[in-house]
Amino acid sequence: MKKKILIVDDEPNIVMSLEYSFKKKDFEVFIARDGSEAIEILKSKTPDVVLLDIMMPNVDGYQTLEYIKSNQDTKNIKVVFLTAKNKEADIQKGIHMGVDKYLVKPFSVKKVIAEVNELIV
Amino acid sequence: MNSYILIFIIIGYLLLLFGIAFWAEKRAKKAWVNNPYIYALSLAVYCSAWTYYGSVGIAATSGVSFLTTYLGPVIAFPLWIIVLKKIIRISKQHKVSSIADFISLRYGNDRFLGALVTLICVLGILPYISLQLKAVSETFGIISNDVVNASENIFQDSTFYIAVLLAVFAAFFGTRTTDATQSKQGIVFSVAVESIIKLVFFLGVGIYVTYILFDGTTDIYNQISIENNFESLTTFNSLESGINWYFMIALSFLAIFLLPRQFHVSVIENTNQKHLKNAIWLFPLYLLLFNVFVIFIAWGGKLQLGDAANPDYYSLLLPLQNGDILLATLVFLGGFSAVISMVVVSTLALSTMLSNNLIIPYGFLDKFSKSRPERNANYIKNMRRIAIFCLILGAYFFYINFNIQLSLFSIGQLSFVIIAQLAPSFFIGLFWNRGSSIAAKTGILIGTLITTYTLVLPFVLDTFFNNHSFIEFGPWGIEMLKPYALFGIDFLYPITHAFFWSIFFNVLTYLSVSLSFKGNYRERNYGEMFVNSKYNSLQENAFVWKGEAYVSDIRRVLNRFLGQERTERALNLFYLKYNLPKSAEKADSRLINFSEKLLTGSLGSASSRILISSVVQEQPVTLIEVLEILEENKKTITTNKFLKQKSDELTKLTQELKAANEELKLQDKLKDEFLDTVAHELKTPITSIRAASEVLIDSEEMPDELKMQFLDNILKDSERLAKLIHNILDLEKLASGREILDKKLNDIGITIQKAISGVNTIAEQKEIKIIIQKTTHELPARYDEDRILQVLTNVLANAIKFVEEKKGRVEVSFEKIQDYIRISIEDNGKGIPAEDMKYIFDKFYQSKNQNVKKPIGSGFGLAISKQIIEGHNGRIWADTTVNHGARFVIEIPD
Repeated sequence: MKKKILIVDDEPNIVMSLEYSFKKKDFEVFIARDGSEAIEILKSKTPDVVLLDIMMPNVDGYQTLEYIKSNQDTKNIKVVFLTAKNKEADIQKGIHMGVDKYLVKPFSVKKVIAEVNELIV
Repeated sequence: MNSYILIFIIIGYLLLLFGIAFWAEKRAKKAWVNNPYIYALSLAVYCSAWTYYGSVGIAATSGVSFLTTYLGPVIAFPLWIIVLKKIIRISKQHKVSSIADFISLRYGNDRFLGALVTLICVLGILPYISLQLKAVSETFGIISNDVVNASENIFQDSTFYIAVLLAVFAAFFGTRTTDATQSKQGIVFSVAVESIIKLVFFLGVGIYVTYILFDGTTDIYNQISIENNFESLTTFNSLESGINWYFMIALSFLAIFLLPRQFHVSVIENTNQKHLKNAIWLFPLYLLLFNVFVIFIAWGGKLQLGDAANPDYYSLLLPLQNGDILLATLVFLGGFSAVISMVVVSTLALSTMLSNNLIIPYGFLDKFSKSRPERNANYIKNMRRIAIFCLILGAYFFYINFNIQLSLFSIGQLSFVIIAQLAPSFFIGLFWNRGSSIAAKTGILIGTLITTYTLVLPFVLDTFFNNHSFIEFGPWGIEMLKPYALFGIDFLYPITHAFFWSIFFNVLTYLSVSLSFKGNYRERNYGEMFVNSKYNSLQENAFVWKGEAYVSDIRRVLNRFLGQERTERALNLFYLKYNLPKSAEKADSRLINFSEKLLTGSLGSASSRILISSVVQEQPVTLIEVLEILEENKKTITTNKFLKQKSDELTKLTQELKAANEELKLQDKLKDEFLDTVAHELKTPITSIRAASEVLIDSEEMPDELKMQFLDNILKDSERLAKLIHNILDLEKLASGREILDKKLNDIGITIQKAISGVNTIAEQKEIKIIIQKTTHELPARYDEDRILQVLTNVLANAIKFVEEKKGRVEVSFEKIQDYIRISIEDNGKGIPAEDMKYIFDKFYQSKNQNVKKPIGSGFGLAISKQIIEGHNGRIWADTTVNHGARFVIEIPD
């Protein structure tokens, strides 16, 4: 079965590169431009991994993470933060809230793919 | 009206007042009687028959000058309250019972000074009281239709009986205790009631004349304005008249402090300093109300009665003429109320002065010190009662024998000038500790002499001896000494002229004598206590006394005047307060001072000083010693004050430090946030570029079209990065002030035109209209055009971004307001959400309200704009337009 991934970021250019790369690795890719779109998608789809930006308009990454981890249907989905926030406090906050991986921007696409694969073995 | 009925009414009215006074006396502590409104109303004892009848007379004959009497107190009221607070504090501390006592105490319990002030007051007030009686008598005559003929047998003159009744009233309620400082609530309350009555009836007749006899104020005005001397009734006429106004206002301002009856109600009868707070607006309001209809009654009287009738009594004659006897009677009772309150309070105040400051210290002390205590109290009371009768009857005989020719108003003013002679020693002494007793005495004497020369003497010569040459040519034909034009000052009215010269020489004498001769230690001691009355602790220990005294001797003196019971009570309190053993044999300065104060209320300050010093062995104290002791006291106070100040400063400093620390923390947090945001903003395009490059490296199978797209993304994000870095640096440069603005003379109209053409292409694409509203063709100003262009472009681009396509409309206008140029840019877009309004000029602020999903722009535009405008010493702000769009306003100095 195809692995499924949801990419949540408000930067279309970043999304484009990630989408292309994951599709190439045979992932089924869903795209959301902010937290509320992501939550909408999660109501019908169950991806294996969510790549989640933190600083987004409307519903931000933390809120989305909280939704995922507190919802029975989604709480087993792995979540990876992709963010420019790299302060220790931010990382700790994410880990405390149950994020599975924390990757800091600017990232290497290859590294992201490797980490995601490791996460869903 | 039959005169017997009128007498019946008068007696009934007086009985009613007796009843009211009795009732109030019994309830003296109740809030009903003891409240700020009663206090404020009792101050209205100021409005005597002079106000009630005389103002109308003056308004009818000389126009608006009647107002001066009321403007003085009203203008000076805030000041009055401040000074009065101090006077009340001192008076309560020292148990002062009258203005004579107050002045005498200030100059070291000076016996002669107290007596002198008393004489001045009696001199000034007696004719004034007799005028009140004249008013009663004449109005009585008008109402009862009797021919006034006072010089006949006095026992057929109703005024005589009225005068006696007034004396009984004042004597009965005014002398219930020997301590003159004790509040007399009965009298105060009845004065307050009378104040209401006189106001109500006066307003009543005012309304009657204005709205019933005439057809409102306009009607009277229209009718009177045809009269030929109308102009002079409503204007100042000339500079001289203006100067006269000025002095009259000053005069009445002094009167509100110094008239014995005013001092009595405002200081002696003040039971609570807080009452002043209400008096500050109530009393001026009362005076204002009293004067509302004066001018209309005067004009109405002139129109209906003409000049033949005495204008002083228009308010009575008008209703009588029109057959309204009841109203006339009420008006009469109102005037009668004004008379009663003035006469009663004045005689009460004067009788206290006479007994405490003249008769006792000069004649009866020896007798008192040998007599038994209970008899002494009666002596004092009887003395005051006799004084009251003598004063009122004296005033009555003055009126009968001199049958004064002048109007109510001018005698009132003469009184004011005489009383005003107390002003220098009273006011300056309150604030200047050098003012000495001898200076006060000479000042008052010289002032009074000059008043006599410039006012009383010519009047007496003119009226009784028909001698005009003295006024016209001066004594022995010396021009310079003409009594109404002393030293060539010939443009003042006699009253103002006398006031000016007497006060001038009075002040001059007071100051120069004070500076040339030092007072003795006692004067200096009291001077210090008065001037620094605020330091309570200074009061207690500030009294300087050296010598030997035995408690038993002092106790004996106190016993004699206060009775055994009161003496013991007072001494117990004293020992308790200072924590002294009751068995002490020797008295110290505090006990001496305390005992003097105790006696002052009953006997006046001069007598109490004489009495106490008769039983103690006082040693002379040098002035230097006094000053040293006072200095020490002051130092303790100053040290305490200094310490408190220091501690306050420290507390303040700590608070400032705390605030500064908070500010720093906030700054730190803001800086962190700024760096975070900068990092985020920079990382985003870099991430995008890096990711796209990675994808491209591994892109053999990728279609060319997609490759191009990735390359395009890289390019755009590089541009975005470059722009971002440029903006950050730009803002930093502006904020740090390293950017020097290239200010040159430019035309704002042209600059706006340039800004619009810069954004026109985008606007045309979206079919958005940009309109310029011009107010002038050219509006030159000095500014850095590139920078202002940057601001305008930014704001315009924002506006274009937030309006709807096709319907959008942006309006630019500019104008010059004072020394500013104001540019305003309005749009009909979505406007700025209220919660964002605070932040729109912050760095990185991006509106969530834009038409596109992803915000466009760096979030630096407005922050940079703000820095630029502030660099021009201007302002930029935003608000909401009528149609809910946004409006940005830029102001720069031209």
